[in-house]
Amino acid sequence: MALVLNEEQQMLKESAQGFLAEFAPVAELRKQRDAGSQTGYGENLWAQMANMGWAAILVPEAYGGLDFGHVGMGQIVEQSGRTLTASPLFATAVLGVTAINLAGSEEQKAELLGAIAGGEITTALAVDEKIHHAPTQITMSAVKQNGSYVLNGAKRFVADGSTADKLIVAARTAGEAGETKGISLFVVDRSAAGVEVERTEMADTRNYANITFTNVEVAETALLGEEGKGFKALSGTLDAGNVYLAAEMLGICQESFDRTLQYLKERKQFGVLIGSFQALQHRAADWWSQIELCKSVVLKALQAMDEGDAKAPVLASVAKAKLCQVTELSTNEAVQMHAGIGMTDEYEIGFFMKRARPAQIMFGDNSYHTDRFALLCGY
Amino acid sequence: MHQKYSVIAILAVAFLTLSICVTQQETNVSDLQAFRHETRDWLEQNCPVSMRQPTSGGDDACWGGRNYQFASEDQQLWMERMAAKGWTAPDWPTEYGGGGLDKGQHKVLKEELAMINARSPLDSFGIWMIGPALLKFGSEALKQQHLPPIVRGEIRWCQGYSEPGAGSDLAGLQSKGEDMGDHFIANGQKVWTSYGDKADWMFCLLRTDTEAKKQMGISLVLFDMETPGVTPKPIKLISGSSPFCETFLDDVRVEKDQVVGDINHGWTIAKYLLTHEREMIGGMGMAEVGGESLGQHASQVLGLEQGRMNNPILRAEVAAWEIDGACFALTAERVTDEVKSGQGVGATSAMLKYFGTELNKRRFETLLKINGSDGMVWNGEASNDGWLPRTWLRTKGNSIEGGTSEVQLNVIAKNILGLG
Repeated sequence: MALVLNEEQQMLKESAQGFLAEFAPVAELRKQRDAGSQTGYGENLWAQMANMGWAAILVPEAYGGLDFGHVGMGQIVEQSGRTLTASPLFATAVLGVTAINLAGSEEQKAELLGAIAGGEITTALAVDEKIHHAPTQITMSAVKQNGSYVLNGAKRFVADGSTADKLIVAARTAGEAGETKGISLFVVDRSAAGVEVERTEMADTRNYANITFTNVEVAETALLGEEGKGFKALSGTLDAGNVYLAAEMLGICQESFDRTLQYLKERKQFGVLIGSFQALQHRAADWWSQIELCKSVVLKALQAMDEGDAKAPVLASVAKAKLCQVTELSTNEAVQMHAGIGMTDEYEIGFFMKRARPAQIMFGDNSYHTDRFALLCGY
Repeated sequence: MHQKYSVIAILAVAFLTLSICVTQQETNVSDLQAFRHETRDWLEQNCPVSMRQPTSGGDDACWGGRNYQFASEDQQLWMERMAAKGWTAPDWPTEYGGGGLDKGQHKVLKEELAMINARSPLDSFGIWMIGPALLKFGSEALKQQHLPPIVRGEIRWCQGYSEPGAGSDLAGLQSKGEDMGDHFIANGQKVWTSYGDKADWMFCLLRTDTEAKKQMGISLVLFDMETPGVTPKPIKLISGSSPFCETFLDDVRVEKDQVVGDINHGWTIAKYLLTHEREMIGGMGMAEVGGESLGQHASQVLGLEQGRMNNPILRAEVAAWEIDGACFALTAERVTDEVKSGQGVGATSAMLKYFGTELNKRRFETLLKINGSDGMVWNGEASNDGWLPRTWLRTKGNSIEGGTSEVQLNVIAKNILGLG
């Protein structure tokens, strides 16, 4: 497939840009933060997005979705990086849909995907238990007894964990930490007895939670996929998550760059525009080149998922690793080139840095994905 | 609610556009399929077996020319067979000896050649550089005279651009062409003439109007290297080899009908050629060494323990390079696809040149670390006559020739980012 957007994808990108700039710009993030919002986004935002079909983009047509594909959805998420828009789009319409689609039974898909597509429910994916991403190291237990499962353990850094209706939880029905066998996925109501949710405030003022499960009893029908064989679907979901985080970071990189370039053309020192200094010109040119590389790898990784390409997992790691690297560069250069004013809360450029780092860390940072890339390549 | 942003509205519009395009594409595809089968059959019968493996890194590439000594009969046969079909220059018009292939067919040919690991039948600055410039800017007479011998590999070209005083500041060149009516008399010195001692003809920048402003008053001229007064002298490089010459011009007669484009307006063509050169050099960044990836090579040399490369620091360095390498290759692909689909080009030759050459230098630094003391062996059969250290040193020139990395960054900053 040619590495370009087709017409409908291009149109979706432009319409997402228009909508987000109008209804969820960076100023909205500040407003939510200052108001002490518990979600990070406005009350109507998700309903608006669902009305436009965004919740249904990755849902197959058979379950009431649009089946528009990853490249299309990637354009929306990329634009949401430019505006730093928080919403259930990632945790629900990407992670929830992917996990249920990969692992769910016909009944589960019909029930849950339809409800997601209609904007009726939101989801969160609970994977990590320690401060670093390590999906094989899961120790949370799920014990089968009397026709139900009893869950015990703790999850952290769960995006939308404090607001989602349904939690998709990775727990161990067999095996030990380090093994991929024995991991199972469950759909658990956030309001179930024994689920304790603690919202954690983080640098990007988004919605994360630490969640403790104490003797949480769920029916057998809560099992998503086969018992003990959940890792494959989990891994596929994490790959998708990482590609979309990369897409969001691409938006962050481009917006940080565009704003900084503009500043280089406005700010005067020593009687001239600072953009006339070669020291800054060369850094800007190198930075721009790096972003060009990012555009290519994000598009390729999205296409690979649409095509069911066997290289999709390795491309997910390439995209995440590269974007972590360039997002760090972008947000640092943006603040440095803005200098003093870049350090102020009043100015928006710092918001990009504060959103960038959690996005980099979630589901594995540069070091994690460089290592995973090497492993997938056989070294 | 927000109808103008709705995905469903977009789908409806896009569906209409799509249904119009489908029929046209299908005829194209079946034609290409037929072309693919013909090409495959022809290559099967005409590409000698010994030409179906990678070159060992330079010396056994085929360059052609008046005095060229073919490395083997197969090499000559392969070049001549491909030249007869015009496939040494597949996308040039047939009236100048080219293959006349459209973009789709050209892509198919490349894919079929790659599939059997076929070597390039002819490496040539004629095909890569002066040929495209003649096609775009040359007179009909110049095209008729020069293009067919280039396709056939009969005439080897070299480039007379840089001078001792005009490197990054190329437009500051001082070699003069004095107007003598129907011809110029050229005097001056060129440097970094690639294979100047092996070439048959030179395309050369001369200052033909000394009064005009810097970039004005430059002409692009063509002359035979056997013309009296042309003296190429090889320059020995840090790698020990001499792929470049300095070329002295002493009262060299250059006919006026050998000026490409208009007299005194050669700078535009020179810049066009530099763009080609950048793309060519930038593309080298991705070539695999001996058919194996950096990761495979490192795994083999350093060894694996429990599936992981010994030396975790180098393992990280290799993986980081491969990630950048993959992103760069995808970018080259995206740029090509954007051009094909008529979309605005995001990246440019300056960016590809800058990143590709820096990447290539990084790769060779990593290769040296992987190979330890073996990487410094300069001579002898075991080291393929010091292939690694010599090539490593050669890569240092990648970010200098065709415009330094710093010049590329200037070009990006000024032309793309609009920083003055």
